Amino acid sequence: MFTPLQYEFFVRALIVATLVGGLCGLIGVYVVLRRMSYIGHGLSHAIFGGAVASYVLSVNFFLGASVWGFVSALLINLATRKRSISADAAIGIVTTSSFALGVALISRFRSFTRSFDAALFGNILGITQADVIAIAAVALLAAAALFVGYKYLLFTTFEPEVARFYGVPAGWTDAGFSLLLAAVIVVSLQVLGVTMIAAAIVIPPVVARLLTDEFARMLLLSVVIGALCGLGGLYMSFYLDISSGASVVLFSAAVFLIALSYTTLRSRLGSARWRRRSAASGKLEPFH
Amino acid sequence: MDITINRGDFVGLLGPSGSGKTTLIKTILGATDVYGGEVRVEGQSIAERRPRVGYVPQLETIDWNFPVTVEQVVTMGRVRRGWWYPWQRREDRLVAHEMMSRLGIADFAARHVRELSGGQKQRALLARALVSSPRLLLLDEPTSGVDIKTRDEIMHLLDELNHQDVTVIMTTHEINAVAAHLPWVVCLNGGIVDSGPPADVFTPDTLRRTYNADILVTEYMGMKLVAESPHFFGRNERGSADSSERGEHVHAASV
Repeated sequence: MFTPLQYEFFVRALIVATLVGGLCGLIGVYVVLRRMSYIGHGLSHAIFGGAVASYVLSVNFFLGASVWGFVSALLINLATRKRSISADAAIGIVTTSSFALGVALISRFRSFTRSFDAALFGNILGITQADVIAIAAVALLAAAALFVGYKYLLFTTFEPEVARFYGVPAGWTDAGFSLLLAAVIVVSLQVLGVTMIAAAIVIPPVVARLLTDEFARMLLLSVVIGALCGLGGLYMSFYLDISSGASVVLFSAAVFLIALSYTTLRSRLGSARWRRRSAASGKLEPFH
Repeated sequence: MDITINRGDFVGLLGPSGSGKTTLIKTILGATDVYGGEVRVEGQSIAERRPRVGYVPQLETIDWNFPVTVEQVVTMGRVRRGWWYPWQRREDRLVAHEMMSRLGIADFAARHVRELSGGQKQRALLARALVSSPRLLLLDEPTSGVDIKTRDEIMHLLDELNHQDVTVIMTTHEINAVAAHLPWVVCLNGGIVDSGPPADVFTPDTLRRTYNADILVTEYMGMKLVAESPHFFGRNERGSADSSERGEHVHAASV
C-alpha cells in the first residue's frame, strides 16, 4: 500500500484524486436531489467544446472552459423554463451542440495537439502545479459557498418554485450553483475525463442517500465517500495500470453495489425480525 | 377578471380541474406572467415587489422522499430571518416548535417527512407558512387527501387564524364539506362565474355554468348543499347478488 507513495507524482495524484472525489461528492448531493444527474454528463461534454475553443483562441483554459460551462448551464436553465422543452432534451441539445463545436474546431484547426484520450478519459499523471492550485481553490470556494448558502440551497433544492414565495432569491441561487458546478467540472476534467465525470458526481451522493435520510449527514457522507473513491480508484489505477478516470468510476460503482446490497439486506432482515417478533407476541404491532 | 379580497376575508375558490383556481393563486403570488392588467397585494403591485405571503402548495407537488426532517421543513418558513446565518437559528427552531405543538405535530419534529400521514404533511406545510407570520395565507387544496377528522381540524385552524386577522384564500374541490361552510366563495370556470356567500352562489344555474353539469342543490339547516344523484356501480348493485358464488379472487390473512 505504501510502495507507490515513494513516487512524488503518485502522492500529488493521490491528493488531487481525493480532493476531486470529495468535491464532486459535495456538489453531487445538490445535483442528484435536484434531479439533474444528466447535467453532469452533459456539462462535461459542453465544457469540452469550451476547452478546445479556449485552446484555439489562446485563452486561459480554466477561464474559457468555466465561462463556456456557465453559459451552457444558463442556456439549459433558460430552455427548461419553456414548458414544451423537458430538461433532458434541453441538456441534450445544448451540450451535444457544444461538444460538436469542439470536435469541429479540432478538425478545422489542425494545430490542436493535445491528447484526446486524456480529455475524454482523464490523465491524472499529466496534472500540473497550476491544476492542483485550481482544484484546491475551487474546493475552498465550493465549501464556502455551500456553507454560506446552506439554507437557501436546501430550500431551492427541496421546492424550487415555492422557495421564491418565501423570499429566497431563487434566480441568483440557481445561477450561483450553475457557476459552481461548471467550475467543479472544469477542474475535474483533467483527472476524470469528459466521459467519467458524471459518475463521480452522481455515485457518492446516491450511496450516501442509501445510507441516510438526513440532509447534512448526506452531505458529509457524500464528501467522504467521494474522497475515498478518488483515493481507492487511484490505487486501483496504479496497480492495474488503467486510466485514472475509469478506475475512480469503477471503484465508485463497486462501493455503490456494496451499499445497495447492504441496505437491501438490512431492510429484508428488518422485515423478517419484525415478522418473527409479531408471531412470538401473537399480535401485530403498529408499523412505524 | 376583476376581484377584490378585503383584509380579514376567508375566501374559497371553487371550480372544476383546469378552471384557473391554482393559476389565480399563483398570479397573486407573482409566479405567472401577467400579460395585461394589474395585481396588487397590500396596495403594492406584484410586478414591482413580490408579496410576502404564506403559501401552502398541493401535497402532490412535493418530493416527500427528499432527505429532510419535519422541523427542517417548518423552519424553511423563516429562511429570510437571519439570512446572513447559514444554519437554523435557535430562535427559529423555538418558533417552529411552538407552531408544531400548536398544530399537533411536535412529536414528529425529528422524523423524516415521508413518515407523516397526509394530514400531518398538510399541517407541516401549514406550520411552515405560519412561522413566517403572514397576513395573507394562500392554500392550494389544503384538505385534499386527508380524512374527515383532519379536514375539520384544518378548517377550524384556518378559521382561528382568520379570527386573528389573517386573510385566507384557499382552493377546494369539496363543495359540501368545505366551501359550503365558508363566508365567501368564488366560482371559477376560465373566469369568474359568480361570487358571494355560498347561500347565494350555490344555485343550480351557477353550478351548471361552473361545472358544465347539472347539479342538484338542497338545503339543510339553512345551508345550501349539493345533492349527489344516486348511482349504483358494479355487478353487486344494491348488494343483492352473492359474489362468493363466483369464487375467490384476492385473499389476505394475517399479513
